[in-house]
Amino acid sequence: MSPKSAAIGVVDYGMGNLRSVGKALESLGFPVAVTSDVSVLDGCRGVVLPGVGAFRDCMDNLRKGGLLPFLSDYLASDRPFLGICLGLQLLFSESEEFGRHEGLGFLPGKVVRFPAGMTEPRQGGGERRLKIPHMGWNRIDVTLEHPVLEGIPSGSHFYFVHSYFVAPADRSVVAATSSYGIDFTAAVASGNRLAVQFHPEKSQSAGLRLLSNFGRLSREAG
Amino acid sequence: MLARRIIPCLDVAGGRVVKGVKFLDLKDAGDPVEVARRYDREEADELVFLDITASHEQRGTIIDVVSRTAEQVFMPLTVGGGVRTVDDIRALLKAGADKVSINTAAVFRPEFVREAAERFGSQCTVVAIDARAVPGSPGKWEVYTHGGRKTTGIDAVEWAARMEEYGAGEILLTSMDRDGTRDGYDIPLTRAISDRVGIPVIASGGVGNLQHLADGLTAGGADAVLAASIFHYGEYTVAQARDFLRDRGIPVRPRTAVPAI
Repeated sequence: MSPKSAAIGVVDYGMGNLRSVGKALESLGFPVAVTSDVSVLDGCRGVVLPGVGAFRDCMDNLRKGGLLPFLSDYLASDRPFLGICLGLQLLFSESEEFGRHEGLGFLPGKVVRFPAGMTEPRQGGGERRLKIPHMGWNRIDVTLEHPVLEGIPSGSHFYFVHSYFVAPADRSVVAATSSYGIDFTAAVASGNRLAVQFHPEKSQSAGLRLLSNFGRLSREAG
Repeated sequence: MLARRIIPCLDVAGGRVVKGVKFLDLKDAGDPVEVARRYDREEADELVFLDITASHEQRGTIIDVVSRTAEQVFMPLTVGGGVRTVDDIRALLKAGADKVSINTAAVFRPEFVREAAERFGSQCTVVAIDARAVPGSPGKWEVYTHGGRKTTGIDAVEWAARMEEYGAGEILLTSMDRDGTRDGYDIPLTRAISDRVGIPVIASGGVGNLQHLADGLTAGGADAVLAASIFHYGEYTVAQARDFLRDRGIPVRPRTAVPAI
């Protein structure tokens, strides 16, 4: 066990905009370490796994960075964990994005694409095609009590940008749902772990509330 | 239901917000970070920075603006203008941008859009299209480059479809006929492209009042509406725009009820 740091670790595996989640946590008064160093991450009070980009590239980068065994152990330990977007999808067994690719397998289930040809009624009559990616602000319905979702009621809006969503085999982990042509899982939770499909670091006050909840959980349980 | 997005746009030159008509007569209109903070307080759904810096020496200024903004404003941020290389994109994303918008460089080398989408994901690859009606050919629009100054002979609707194939995740569509006129979006153009592609379309160019925003989303079929001057000079707040759209049955994000802490 590494020496404890007061920081929340943001897993840096060379993809996407990692700056925003770190800056958001810092703006809320939580020290942050953005790093790929396993020993530093292991000493943090909580770990955030962000992610944008393609599933396979993310898994490849985690593997190359030697982060896969650490993440598996960390998830098994029930220490505070927050997965964001791809950081939610990576928890599952496999994804069908650009072929079939194995994920971390912490939760049984698949990552699947929104079906083509979804429509919604058009104002003034007719049908309107639903665009993919699902991009923008959508409401969530909270289905599970969790400390990181405290103070965030159903109907709160968060910023989403994704073409794939998770289909957990065990529905009891579903913590929030949203709807875009079909109902889909917006968050999963178990113990001190929560992972969300949307981007709290881009969701203004609702997102900052979630991150602040995670910071406090990390302080208390990490 | 997914909310339609209201997106204020800031034209930035040499690190300052500017606003002109049809890309001419630029006037200084403030510090971009301050303006971004105001739009964040008004709960705009996203922000777009369009870098129209002319001089090569000042090109780096947008990175600093993005970086300072992303430290204070936690909402989606798109940056466009002068994005020509994979390194340009990487630098903007690293500074805190969520999406980059590619315009002229896509016309010169469409493969660049594919490279950007493969490397960084479609979700952050926006293709900006500046289009102008072809005189004497109703229902035809042509793609322009270099801030609307150079014609290309490319059909705008076909171009949008091709950019989707190349991996664009969103189209930012500006009518150069309407930009700066306050006469409203080019609705037939917006509708033609929105019906043609399966990715979101942002309508841009010509907003003079709130009804124009509603028209872009309903008759135009856009997924998001972009406007600069009506918000910038304080004629309307984003909240007023949102209330106006909601009253007309358009799905928009409710004013948030969640305090940050």
